[in-house]
Amino acid sequence: MQGNEACVEGALEAGLQFFAGYPITPSTEIAEMLADRLPRAGGFFIQMEDEIASMAAVIGASLAGMRAMTATSGPGFSLKQENLGYAAITETPCVVVNVQRVGPSTGMPTSPSQGDVMQARWGTHGDHPVVVLSPSSVLETYVLTVKAFAIADELRVPVILLTDEITGHMRERVVLPDPGTLPRAGRPREGQAPTDIPPMHHFGEGRRVMVTGLYRDSTGFWTESREEADRLIRRLAGKVESRREQLTMVDRRHLDDAQVVVVAYGCVARSAQRAVHLARERGRRVGMLRLSCLWPFPGHEIEALAEQVDSIVVPEMNLGQMVGEVERAARGRCRVIGYHRVDSELIRPEELLPVLEGV
Amino acid sequence: MRFLRSEHLPHIWCVGCGHGIVLGAVARAMDRAGVDQDRTVVVSGIGCSSRAVGYLNMDALHTTHGRALAFATGIKLARPDLRVAVLAGDGDLAAIGGNHLIHAARRNIGITTVCFNNGIYGMTSGQYSPLTPAGYRTTTSPFGHLERDFDLCRLVQAAGATYVARSTAYHVHQTITYVTRALAHDGFSFVEVFSPCPTYFGRHNRMGDPVKMMQWLHDGTVQAGQAARMTPEELRGRVVIGEFHRTQEVPEYARSYREMIARLAEEGDRSAG
Amino acid sequence: MAQKKAGAIRINEAWCKRCDICIAFCPRDVLAAGDGGVPRVVNLPACTFCLLCVLRCPDFAVEVIEDKEVASRDVATATHAG
Repeated sequence: MQGNEACVEGALEAGLQFFAGYPITPSTEIAEMLADRLPRAGGFFIQMEDEIASMAAVIGASLAGMRAMTATSGPGFSLKQENLGYAAITETPCVVVNVQRVGPSTGMPTSPSQGDVMQARWGTHGDHPVVVLSPSSVLETYVLTVKAFAIADELRVPVILLTDEITGHMRERVVLPDPGTLPRAGRPREGQAPTDIPPMHHFGEGRRVMVTGLYRDSTGFWTESREEADRLIRRLAGKVESRREQLTMVDRRHLDDAQVVVVAYGCVARSAQRAVHLARERGRRVGMLRLSCLWPFPGHEIEALAEQVDSIVVPEMNLGQMVGEVERAARGRCRVIGYHRVDSELIRPEELLPVLEGV
Repeated sequence: MRFLRSEHLPHIWCVGCGHGIVLGAVARAMDRAGVDQDRTVVVSGIGCSSRAVGYLNMDALHTTHGRALAFATGIKLARPDLRVAVLAGDGDLAAIGGNHLIHAARRNIGITTVCFNNGIYGMTSGQYSPLTPAGYRTTTSPFGHLERDFDLCRLVQAAGATYVARSTAYHVHQTITYVTRALAHDGFSFVEVFSPCPTYFGRHNRMGDPVKMMQWLHDGTVQAGQAARMTPEELRGRVVIGEFHRTQEVPEYARSYREMIARLAEEGDRSAG
Repeated sequence: MAQKKAGAIRINEAWCKRCDICIAFCPRDVLAAGDGGVPRVVNLPACTFCLLCVLRCPDFAVEVIEDKEVASRDVATATHAG
């Protein structure tokens, strides 16, 4: 199964009912597959006139009660930012898939990169909550897509599935979990919503809801009140911050005796895993921490690791985005070394091995 | 007026702003068209006119600048049983939102759009819009605007809208009639309503008085029937109002999609059974 | 059916923004500017119940109330005559 295909299967398993998108390499397969699968499953697919409209239609459909998703790559992800912020402030559940390619701008449309990590967190203006997941395999693409919908619904937050051209286009044999076995969540409803997440009222339920991108009071009407503003923005941030534990998704390997740990994510994690294996075969005390949830960043994991190890190596296909977060969390308790490849080729295990050994 | 959230009145619009007149006409049209407040969603973008949805007592979605129709498309596809209307301004719909306007029209999706056209960007204090006629002064056309304005009705009709009409805040009865018909129309309906902005458009162009602007709307317009008997010279500088296009021959998009889903389900059953 | 008659025209002073539109465009000059520019009725008998003041008020501030006594009188007359 192809990675993008696994995303489609995961979305359908999670109950996707609405997809709006625009063709863009290397995500187009997702749209094409859903154009076929969704109407067969009684759902809606629409290719909108542009990326901005796709994001808008997804939000509209979600507010009208449907599980909704869009998929894109760098240039389209940039276009979607304004409406992503709209989803964040209006607390509209939605999933946005970004199959990263080399940027900036048109870049190299058919080549992989990890250049959108910071953008996924901060692409839209203002302090806003967002959750960003990063799969490293075809199977994990399926699993994290299902999870993305669960998180989006439960937290009423946009969730970005940040994959890349390699993970999206590669093919692997998978054994998918049986349908219905992966956890799903529902949107908070009246009477059973957590204190920090308001119950979701969809259009057409007789509530006459008011939804706006302006700051609002408890009735939903726009407000310029300083108290309401402070309260709203802190609550929105708190929705994610207070659930750090639930949102910590890491894979720990050989950490017990490690002196050097590789912190990696996405397609690079596959190479890192191989490099760690090779290093251990040669007797090196190397371990790996693979991140499946990039934002909120699991700083507490890094902080703990930094007390224990001599060095952390962060290989990424960008000029240094996750490495800064690792440095910050490590608080100088250990060395942090970045390894950055930006020529459109995947970091190979053979490249990483000398880095791990040399440290 | 059961369609209004009177607890939020008086509204934010200026003295003599036409948007209150147009909003009132829309509310009255909704009454006449038998709108169910619990099965209607009004959607807007950003600008003075876009605030209109906040005053309507029904589901309301106040979105990002220019994008109302794209959000509305998602709602209509998800819930075609709901009535979806877009209330937005000339800048919102025809400048930044122009692309979404022509595609929504092309799809003939069942959304009623009312354009509150004041020929200016009011909320940001008076810059020109694609509906500011040549020669007029605004803060970004201090020497007189060089650009031509759109004929929005022609544009939207050419893009595929199946009900197109134009009126003004002065011609309030006509506005109510057209919006009522637009609401009843099955497909993409569009009503452009000229609305005076005395504070910016008016003041920059020697008609900063609400009464003067209303008079200007009267003097500067011609009914379609009359216009048909006038020469181009006689029509110069005047705007034609009326009902320009109406057809039920084109399939409505949300319905077409659902018919396709039903067809696929049937084929699926047949091949399985 | 007989012409409706206005029993009263009420202006909501809290909402009225004194734009003068209702005064200027009343076909029968029923209204004029009063204290602080708020419209006041100066010729109620001339009102034809056209409701243009209500429809053209940007602020939902005008209400024209029907003279119900006249209305019921008209119905009685019609019944007798018919």
